[in-house]
Amino acid sequence: MEQQKAPPLIEFRNVCKTYYMGDTVVRAADNINLSIYAGEFVAIVGKSGSGKSTCMNIIGCLDVPTSGQYLLDGRDVGQMSKDTLAQFRNEKLGFIFQQYNLLPKLSVLDNVAVPLMYAGKSRKERKEIAAHALERVGLSDKLKNLPSQLSGGQQQRVSIARALSNGPSVILADEPTGALDSRTGREVLGILRSLHEAGNTVVLITHDNSIAATAERVIRLEDGRVVYDGPADAPASGVRKDEVAGQ
Amino acid sequence: MKLTESFRLALQNIRTSKARSFLTMLGIIIGIAAVMVIIGIGSGMESYMRSMFQDLGTNTLTVTMTGTGTSREVSVDDMYEIVEANATFFSDLSPTVTMRSTVKVGSESLSSTSTTGVGEGYFDIKGYKLEQGRGLSYVDMANRGQVCIVGNYIDDVWFSGQSVGQTLRIGGSKFTIIGVMEQQADEMDEGGSDDVVFLPYSTAARLSGQGTPSSYTVLLSDEDLTSAASDVLEQELYSRLRSDDAYRVTSMSMVLDIMTEMINVVITVLAVIAGISLVVGGVGIMNIMLVSVTERTREIGIRKALGAKERYILSQFVIEAAVISAIGGAIGIAMGFGLSSVATVLISTMLEVEMTVTPTVQSILIAFGGSAAIGIVFGYLPARKAALLNPIDALRYD
Repeated sequence: MEQQKAPPLIEFRNVCKTYYMGDTVVRAADNINLSIYAGEFVAIVGKSGSGKSTCMNIIGCLDVPTSGQYLLDGRDVGQMSKDTLAQFRNEKLGFIFQQYNLLPKLSVLDNVAVPLMYAGKSRKERKEIAAHALERVGLSDKLKNLPSQLSGGQQQRVSIARALSNGPSVILADEPTGALDSRTGREVLGILRSLHEAGNTVVLITHDNSIAATAERVIRLEDGRVVYDGPADAPASGVRKDEVAGQ
Repeated sequence: MKLTESFRLALQNIRTSKARSFLTMLGIIIGIAAVMVIIGIGSGMESYMRSMFQDLGTNTLTVTMTGTGTSREVSVDDMYEIVEANATFFSDLSPTVTMRSTVKVGSESLSSTSTTGVGEGYFDIKGYKLEQGRGLSYVDMANRGQVCIVGNYIDDVWFSGQSVGQTLRIGGSKFTIIGVMEQQADEMDEGGSDDVVFLPYSTAARLSGQGTPSSYTVLLSDEDLTSAASDVLEQELYSRLRSDDAYRVTSMSMVLDIMTEMINVVITVLAVIAGISLVVGGVGIMNIMLVSVTERTREIGIRKALGAKERYILSQFVIEAAVISAIGGAIGIAMGFGLSSVATVLISTMLEVEMTVTPTVQSILIAFGGSAAIGIVFGYLPARKAALLNPIDALRYD
């Protein structure tokens, strides 16, 4: 790939993460090496317990590796203070969660504006940027609504708008279709695809092979190790292209 | 993120849970209102007493001659000598003789009129001014003149404002009215400070059968030297009378000081007790904030994931607690004013005392500052708990 000439946006170097559950040591990430470049659409796939949530937490700067290095945009996240981590999450990452995670008491517009508030933007700027982001996901007519007044699909689109609002380097989607029916799920995946086509880097975390097939590249995890890293349409990827959603 | 954002978030959150916020504030509201009313009652009592005592004169000493335990006497001339010999302390003197004789105008008896025999300096000492006619002179004292000065009420009611030159009777003797006092009280009442008659002390002493005046009013040169002046006067009297029981020197300003001090002690104790309810109110805020942090764990997780630093979460919750208690404080202050006027009405109707319960500016400032401080202090612990939440756990929380 031609992007490989530039340094990777996301780089894992021998990343390990161990937890202690009582007396037993759980190796949630076991010496993972991977690189994701700007503009890629990558799916991290794995069953429950494969370590994909740990990977997502580390990529999302919510957690730091026990050993090894995680470089985001060339900077070592493991060495950062909590405040810098918070600032990195704010500037570099856009989160899309399975449960949408919108703030129930805030209007749709205010929800989308939350990352902008922590970025220190003025109220006027926040309103403008948030309204624009909501326009991109087709919710311009719902600005004043509360999240509870929207359907699941619409709520997930609000959360996509929120993820986009501060112009992140990486859009990190954790089981974005998990709470949606298949039709709205396809819609959401369609939006992610179009974001990728517009030049955004999208990392999709899922247990569902058919959803992983939406991406261009698949990284498969098992027991905290990378067992496959390559194009989604190669047979070894294990994702069945014929059942791909959103195609 | 600016502080104003934290305030906006706090107000937003208080608006969305009005009932809970109000119940949380209740402790603060009651505490602040109680402290304000108690301090208001204290300052009302103090100013009421001060005005009462001021009417009696805080720049004078009163000497009461009881004559107990001695056969010696102090004459009026002796008293004048004492005053003249101690000019640094005393500037004037007037004997006073309180009479119980009834005043009669024509055939009407004025049963509630107070009649007092005084010296020629009395009006100056008391600061009384004349509206018409002349004052009592030394000649009136020396001659035991049958003259008197009347209060404005008597002039107004019994003589239609034309009393100078008219006569009235005191204990059967005829007195010519030579002067009328200016109005003293705001409203002239029967038995009030305008329903009075003053005559020469010498005449009064003879009429009431007393050899020497029963009391003296001594004007102080310097109000700040009240207690020293009082000591000097006591020494002088003791050296002449040789008995502690034969005389009594009282100073209104000293009595006022003692009373004020006592009231302050009582009020402080009451205010501290009321202040305890403020602490209880603060604990209530802490309790609710802890519940709120637990309930909003997921919100905190989301905010952290979206880039909120720990100090933003901390300030959000601290400011929320402070705003709740400051609003409570403001409501409490409003309620304090309301209760103060209710208390004023209750006191004046039930006790028939003209006392105004006045919340002091200081007590309001302290109350408001205190309530905000309580919010910050008791909000800090829950806010810290929120700030230190691990975002991963918080996001997973249901």
